[in-house]
This record gives sequence, C-alpha cells and structure tokens, in this order.
Amino acid sequence: MDWLQLSPEEWSAVRLSIKVSSWATLASLPLGLAVALLLARGRFPGKSVLNGIVHLPLILPPVVTGYLLLLSFGRRGVVGGFLAEHFGIVFSFRWTGAALACAVMGFPLMVRAMRLSIEAVDRKLERAANTLGASPLVTFLVVTLPLSLPGVVAGAILCFAKAMGEFGATITFVSNIPGETQTLPSAIYTFTQVPGGETGALRLTAVSIVIAMAALVASEAFARRIDRRFTVE
Amino acid sequence: MSLEVSVQRAVSGFTLDATFASAGRLTALFGPSGSGKTMLINLISGLMRPDRGRIAIDNTVLVDTDARIAVPIYKRRIGYVFQDARLFPHLSVRQNLRFGRFFAPRTDRWADEAAIIDLLGIGHLLDRRPGMLSGGEKSRVAIGRALLASPRLLLMDEPLAALDDARKREILPFIERLRDELKVPIVYVSHSAQEVARLATDVVMMRDGRVLATGPAEAVLPRLDTLAEESGESSSLITLTVAEPMPEWGLTRLRSSGGEWRLARVQAAAGTKLRVRIRARDVMLSRLRPEQSSALNVLEGAVTAIAPLGEAEALVTLDCGGDAITARVTRLSADALELSPGTPVFAVVKSVSFDPASTAAIRGVPSADLLA
Repeated sequence: MDWLQLSPEEWSAVRLSIKVSSWATLASLPLGLAVALLLARGRFPGKSVLNGIVHLPLILPPVVTGYLLLLSFGRRGVVGGFLAEHFGIVFSFRWTGAALACAVMGFPLMVRAMRLSIEAVDRKLERAANTLGASPLVTFLVVTLPLSLPGVVAGAILCFAKAMGEFGATITFVSNIPGETQTLPSAIYTFTQVPGGETGALRLTAVSIVIAMAALVASEAFARRIDRRFTVE
Repeated sequence: MSLEVSVQRAVSGFTLDATFASAGRLTALFGPSGSGKTMLINLISGLMRPDRGRIAIDNTVLVDTDARIAVPIYKRRIGYVFQDARLFPHLSVRQNLRFGRFFAPRTDRWADEAAIIDLLGIGHLLDRRPGMLSGGEKSRVAIGRALLASPRLLLMDEPLAALDDARKREILPFIERLRDELKVPIVYVSHSAQEVARLATDVVMMRDGRVLATGPAEAVLPRLDTLAEESGESSSLITLTVAEPMPEWGLTRLRSSGGEWRLARVQAAAGTKLRVRIRARDVMLSRLRPEQSSALNVLEGAVTAIAPLGEAEALVTLDCGGDAITARVTRLSADALELSPGTPVFAVVKSVSFDPASTAAIRGVPSADLLA
C-alpha cells in the first residue's frame, strides 16, 4: 500500500487547494449574496449589464480570465499596483492570487444558485414582515435569508467545488509554484508532464474524488436537514 | 383615534379616488369586488403609494404628497391581517407571534402577549409550525401576530373570505372581542353585508374606486339599496335588550327604545344588548294597528323620508320612538297609504325573518356610540 502514501509535496498541494478554495468561497460569500439579492430583487438601470459581467467568467476561456486578472491585478496592473502600494496586498504569484482566480471563476455559479433561491421566496412574506415593523435589512436577515438558505448553501458548495478544480485561470495568473500556487489540478498536470509521474497523478486524482464526494454528501445532508425544518405551507 | 384618508391612485385602467374620515372602533370598507377596498388599505399600510393625497392617524401624517412625506411601511406601525394569513413557514407559531414585538418603540408597546393569546384561544398552538394549522387557526395566529406588534391601527383584508361557514362562525366572535376589548381601532375590508352589519361601527361604502357613502353603520346600511344593488340590500340596525325568554314558544322577548319585540332563535341571557339587522324587505307598513295578524312585532312611528328605488319601489324610513327602521315597499303601496314625511304609520316585522347570523352581541360598548 506504499503507493497510496502522499509525498510531502503532494500533501502541500492538497492543503493549498483546500486553503485556496475555502478562502475563495468565504471571501466571495458576502459579495455573492449582495449581488444575488440585487439581481433577484433590484430594479435599476444596467441590471442586465451587471448580470452579464457576473456571468462573463463562465463563458470566457479560463485562460482569458486569468490573463485579464494578470493585467489588472498583477504588480504592474492598475488595481494590483494600487493594492500593493497602499495596503501591501500582493496577488501575483502568491496563493492569494490563486484564491482570487478561483473566486472569480466560481462567482457566477454561486450567484446563480443564490439568485434563484432568493427569487423563489414569496415576496408577500417580506411584505408581511414590513407591516410588522421589520426594516428591509432585518427582513432580509430573518425572512428572506433563512427561507433561501438551501440555495445559498448550494451556491457556496458549487463555488468551492469549482475552486477545487480551477486550473486555466489560476495557472495563467499565478503560475505553478510548488508550495505557493501549485493547487491540486496544477500538481496533477505537472505529474502528467514528467516521465513516471502516473502514480502521483493517480493518487492526487483519488484525493480530488474523495474531497468532491465529501462536499456533495455534506451539502445533501444539510439540504435534508433544512427540508425537515420547513414544513411548507 | 381618528383616521383621515384622502387619496388618488391610478393603475392600468382603474382609478381610486377616495376620501373619508373615521373615528370608529371598527370601520368597514364595504363594496363589491373590484371597488378598490384592498387597494385603499394597501395605501393606508404603505404597501402602495398614492399618486396624490394625504393619510393621517390622529395627528401623525403618514403620507402627504404635497409635503413630500411618505413614512415607510415598517415605520407606520399599522398591523395588517392578510386574507391568506402569510405566516412565516420557517418559524413556529410562538416565533411568528413574537416577530413584531421589539420593532415598536418601548413606550408604545401596549400589547399584552398572554392576554392576546388567551383572547384568540391559540395557547395550545404555540409550538406548532404554520404548516400544521387549520385555516381558522392560521387566521387567528395571523391576527395575534399583527396585534403583538402593538399597532396603532389594525387593517383586516377580508379575513373570513377564504374560510368556510363553520370557520367564519369560529372567527367572528374573536373579531367582536378585538373590537370591544382592545384599544386598537380596526379597518375591516368586506363585501358581505352580513359581516358588516354584525361588526361595523362605521361604514365606508365603496364602488368603482369611489366612496359612495360614509358614516355610522346605522346611517349607511339602510341606504344600501339606493347605493349599490350588488352589495346587498337595505337593512336597519336596531339595538335590543333581552328582557325574558318565552320557553313555551321558543321565543325571546326583547325591548328597544321603540317598543317590544318577540324574536325566534335568540340565544342570549336577560340584560344582554344585541344589535339586530332587520332587512328592509321584511318590514311591512300599515296605517292602522294590525289586528288579528300573525306578525308579532308592531312598532308605532312616523315616516321621516321616502326615497324612490328603481321604477316600482321605494325605501321608506320611519322613526319608531328612536329606532330608525327602513321598509322596502312598492310605490303603489306608498301612494295608496298616502305616505309622506310625518305620516303616522305602523312597522310590522315578522319574527321569523330575523337573521341570527348577523346579530352582534354588544360587549362593554356604550350604546350611544353605536346609535350615533
């Protein structure tokens, strides 16, 4: 069973992938929720433009997204230069950049699932909450959010899963540096490029499958628990 | 409490232009479907904004388009009982009831949770989910939820419309108790003349987005025939005091200021005050006191007004010792009896025509209020 033993480099790729995906998911959660709410409930000019921008990473080749990130968030990019100079936040060739790339790629999936579940909440219930004295913010927190929780969780898990598998944008933006930006897919890709790397690629593939299945099972269990809580009227 | 409303609002082919003021404990917005009743309470609650107009409770202005005032819904503190209850499915009955409790300013919280739960008889439901309640139970919880937010006005949008007759009979006494025992005034939307006769202290009669008549129920209900035919028929509201049962005949003897009544199917203890609805078509007129007739209720009075009704009929209003009674008769009869204001006449009401479903018990209400 020796071939099942992960090497330290492989372990570091697994840990990095989980770290990058978790940060990508958690950091984009508030923004994703806000954008989903805006798209589901808002009425403003330019709504379809916002919708288009959110969905752009889904339809662009990942390499293009990665290159655009490099241009804007790289050290000499407009945003990247500003953040590095004023806040000391650097994205290029760091794990933070990998998290950013994963967040951008997972964002449309997250927003889509959340938006659908917010749209499914009966607005009449929100109106009823308003007549009872709840402000729009409180109404969102105690009525809309709990009722759309299954979709919100599904969106977060989709984003996490997408982040675990993200390859094109990440490798274009932050390259493939072991221990810093070499995530699971990058590590598998590297193994396939060298002679005798098949067992390593296979081991990491198995790890990927286990993590993906665990995420799926966890989300299903969570959804069932919520379903039990609501006996729909 | 006084509510003043004067609003205009146009939506796709329908225009609401309504003005009324009421200080009644239960003001019924009454009219056929599509007359703009629900739109009017949506404007009062803030769910809708008027194109032009002003809405004020006591001296608090909620909306004034001229002064650019529009208080948002959640700051109005106006309770709203929706026709479809709209309980929050993810919260228990207890959590639903307590939802609005802390939103009102501390000094304005008048609602007593235990008393309201007791009044509505929902104490045994507190740990259930809304999905496990019957229609009547949902209605009562929705009423309790609105009340526990300590509103300064309670709006009810046909809370009985979605219920069957048995459930209606279950809820009506609760609404009477709200009217008589709590300090919150109620605006009640209904298209049922029976409900209005039973519950309303004041009536705003609506049709096609306009107010046809407004005033105390005793003044508006007798005019229904001339106002809007599809909304019901003219009837008089008489306040009676139960005197004594007549068990051998299954009747009850009652007194009003106009005289003595004997009615069937009254179930109330001696001394109870009842408000009884007498339909105008059930009242017969006679210039002489009828002798040897089957009618048990004969009141002596004088004609106060005659209003023509369609081609062949007329509504004759009498004053019988303080009771205003309206009779619907043919023009031919009115002419043959030579009726004109001031003519002495006898009103004859058959005991069996009395309708117990629209009879209201009056609890703790100064009767002067109802006879305004």
